[in-house]
Amino acid sequence: MSYLDLDRVTKRFGDYAAVNGIALGVTKGEFVSLLGPSGCGKTTTLQMIAGFVELSEGAIRLDGRDLARVRPAERGLGIVFQSYALFPHMTAAENVAFGLEMRGVARAEREARVGEALSLVGLKGYESRYPRRMSGGQQQRVALARALVIRPAILLLDEPLSNLDAKLREEMQIELRQIQRNLGTTTVLVTHDQNEAMALSDRIVVMNRGVIEQIGTPQQVYEAPASAFVAQFLGKTNEFAGVAGGGRFTLAGLSLPAPPQLSGPVTLSVRPERMRFAAEGGLGARVIARIFQGNHWLTQLETEAGPAILIAQNSGGAVPAEGERVRIVWAPEDATLRPSGGSGR
Amino acid sequence: MSGAAGERVRPPWALLAPALMLFVGVVVTPLVMTLMLSFHDWGQYKGIEPVFILKNWQEIWSDSYFHEMFARTFRISVLATLITVLLGAPEAYILNRMRAPWKGFFLLVILGPLLISVVARTLGWALLFGGNNGVVNMALMRLGVISGPLPFMFTETGVIVALAHVLMPFMVLSVWAALQKIDPQVENAAMSLGASHATVLRRIILPQIMPGLLSGGIIVFSLAASAFATPAIIGGRRLKVASTLAYDEFLNTLNWPLGAAVAVLLLVALILIVVSSNALIERRYAEVFR
Repeated sequence: MSYLDLDRVTKRFGDYAAVNGIALGVTKGEFVSLLGPSGCGKTTTLQMIAGFVELSEGAIRLDGRDLARVRPAERGLGIVFQSYALFPHMTAAENVAFGLEMRGVARAEREARVGEALSLVGLKGYESRYPRRMSGGQQQRVALARALVIRPAILLLDEPLSNLDAKLREEMQIELRQIQRNLGTTTVLVTHDQNEAMALSDRIVVMNRGVIEQIGTPQQVYEAPASAFVAQFLGKTNEFAGVAGGGRFTLAGLSLPAPPQLSGPVTLSVRPERMRFAAEGGLGARVIARIFQGNHWLTQLETEAGPAILIAQNSGGAVPAEGERVRIVWAPEDATLRPSGGSGR
Repeated sequence: MSGAAGERVRPPWALLAPALMLFVGVVVTPLVMTLMLSFHDWGQYKGIEPVFILKNWQEIWSDSYFHEMFARTFRISVLATLITVLLGAPEAYILNRMRAPWKGFFLLVILGPLLISVVARTLGWALLFGGNNGVVNMALMRLGVISGPLPFMFTETGVIVALAHVLMPFMVLSVWAALQKIDPQVENAAMSLGASHATVLRRIILPQIMPGLLSGGIIVFSLAASAFATPAIIGGRRLKVASTLAYDEFLNTLNWPLGAAVAVLLLVALILIVVSSNALIERRYAEVFR
């Protein structure tokens, strides 16, 4: 049985179901991300776990115990808010100590644990700073220390890195992952940033319009998206419309093998980095534009089956110039076939 | 700046002149004249004599009658301020947590009275509690709850209650402004760390609204100490405060110099109290004021 169990959790605001029958089990020590566009219900889900929002239907269980009647103050969860929500009138150390104070931890132990937590997030020496005198990254660390110092059953992260600049965000991702691994704290992260979800998570829960589109490891959801939504939301993808039938699939004159149960209009999707230029075979295309991005080239193509993008690693070799006629190929295992207009849309 | 180093930029006196003249004309001059007036002599038959004597100040200094007036003014203002803090701060907090249609409605309810003259609002209290004919008094007496009318008119309690009511919107507004600056997630953060609602209010919200309480307190205190209409209507001539005392000296006794001395003393005392309490609390809550 999972440590944290969301059992057909639903939240309605009037007639609108912000979260619609979500079922999810999180095992102890796992790092799970709720990923989706704004309005997909991921934050509402987090708030229901935290106890700030009541469930309309379903149940949330923590270690087998139903949380419905447990007030937020008694759930013992550590939360890092998007705005950090630090107490501006308290120093960093006082902020971190607050949760321990509420638990009646004795002064000596409190001070030791606050010091420990602050050095864990690399803020030793900042004990007497006020939040307003700290940078965004430092405030973020104080918020993390404050959530971790109470040794929470679950750590909830609500878009914790979205207010940081790109470079700092990457650093914090690595650090956050290391801290979480070392402490083994079960963590639920809410984010709209696919890179963040992929970098941090053991499993990703892709959400859209209040329902779960797919649950899987970062590789699974990226390589084998269960729906068109997932494919488009996680990374760039090329989609070609074709027709399937009798175990074959035709796409702009190409005939490729397809699962025999598929028939009618289908969509083929291939990741841009899985396509290659080739001398012969595959799809014919013309290069519309190519953009140099340092470690790779991004080429925009007009293929026989429609527009596409192709990412070629910069290995020093030549890249087709704009206007050039090329052929593109991909390995069959890198393509996904789905009935068109299918699941999730 | 455009000017080279060493070149002096002349202050734009021409541009400042209109506002400056207005300020000097309607604020500074009357104040200085009032101050000078307080040093003049006055007699029942000789009227005002423009000489420089300390007679009025000595009278205020030595006569316990004046001490009582100023002590009463101070007491009334402090208590009225306290009442607005105790009732206005929770009122603002509740208002801030209300949802969309109700929030606007109750904000109007709170601010609406500001549109009505202080005199009308104070007379309302007189209608409710004015002796045997006050509506509330009559009702309570009919019901047998009380045997005689509640002592309200011409009492300090009455003045304090009426002042607190009249000045309440100022407190609610300044606390509300402070509440709006607080990150709404801060309360959730404190609760998730194990704090009860009461603890959240005391440890998280209260320290952050101190600037609002302070500015509201200063506004209410100085308006209460210098209020005229409310103490004049509720307190009448039986229960005088500094402002009604100055009024009586000016218009009934016609002892303008003594009235001026009372007015100047009230102004100076107010400035001292407001500035020092401001400095005190600002130092105590330095981090919140940043």
